[in-house]
Amino acid sequence: MNWSKYSAPLAFYPLAGRMIPWFGTVAALAIAVGLYIGLLVAPTDFQQGEAYRIIFVHVPAAWMSMFLYVVMAVWAAVGLGLNARLSFMMTQAIAPTGAMFTFLALLTGAMWGKPTWGAWWVWDARLTSELILLFQYAGVMLLRTSIDDQRRADRASGVCALVGVVNIPIIYFSVQWWNTLHQGASVSMTAAPKMATIMLTGMLLMTFGFWMYSLAVILSRARCVILERESLQLWSKPSSVPEVAGVR
Amino acid sequence: MYWGSLSEFLEMGGYGLYVWTSFIITALCMVWEILALWRRRAAAIAESRGIVRDIR
Repeated sequence: MNWSKYSAPLAFYPLAGRMIPWFGTVAALAIAVGLYIGLLVAPTDFQQGEAYRIIFVHVPAAWMSMFLYVVMAVWAAVGLGLNARLSFMMTQAIAPTGAMFTFLALLTGAMWGKPTWGAWWVWDARLTSELILLFQYAGVMLLRTSIDDQRRADRASGVCALVGVVNIPIIYFSVQWWNTLHQGASVSMTAAPKMATIMLTGMLLMTFGFWMYSLAVILSRARCVILERESLQLWSKPSSVPEVAGVR
Repeated sequence: MYWGSLSEFLEMGGYGLYVWTSFIITALCMVWEILALWRRRAAAIAESRGIVRDIR
């Protein structure tokens, strides 16, 4: 199978449409089981009490906020290097979802910080760098909307996304590099997880669910972007018209 | 099942406000995003049909 043909937005459009229901279904199932484990099955934490349950949304949201930024930056790099339209469309499609998860990571973090630390917010390295990530997402989106010429908007927001990727290792390692109030990583690549298996299972299921949700939503937004930017070509190709006409 | 009763579950050991705010706002954001995309898609389809009509 020749996958490179899907780098053309017109070929990608129906393919994305076929994948969205699958990712959406898997996301709903994983989140349902993750919530069941996180809220109903997992025992309490002996230090933090029930407030710890916030991690079942906080950690997946925070991971997604960083992961989506890296994916967005990779698409921006591909777009800048190969001058590929679909790559820039993917950058455009990822930014709002990444920004939403960054906002949710900050909000749920505040919800955990108030009862546990006694403060909604502290200017700690982890929290501050995550707040900067939110501004970076906003910058990538605003730069695009503020430039009328589509190609220049693509390149400007792509460069912005690419340069900002330096903040991702800063966020990730901030808890090691600085003496932060935010706790260190409970789950890492190099050491055994510092949490009970049932809690870890719930958290990983929620993360997987958020990941599949992101795929479904981003592909769906990419289809909107293709429609908005290339509707003339889409409609001029008769075979694609029935696909577009049916709102799915 | 960890909880003894529904009220115990809703109270979350005194942290109910914080826990439920986190979960509910996360859910609302995700549902809102899906609805916003649905509207955006409908608008994009209507717009592209308009363009085609103008040309023909």
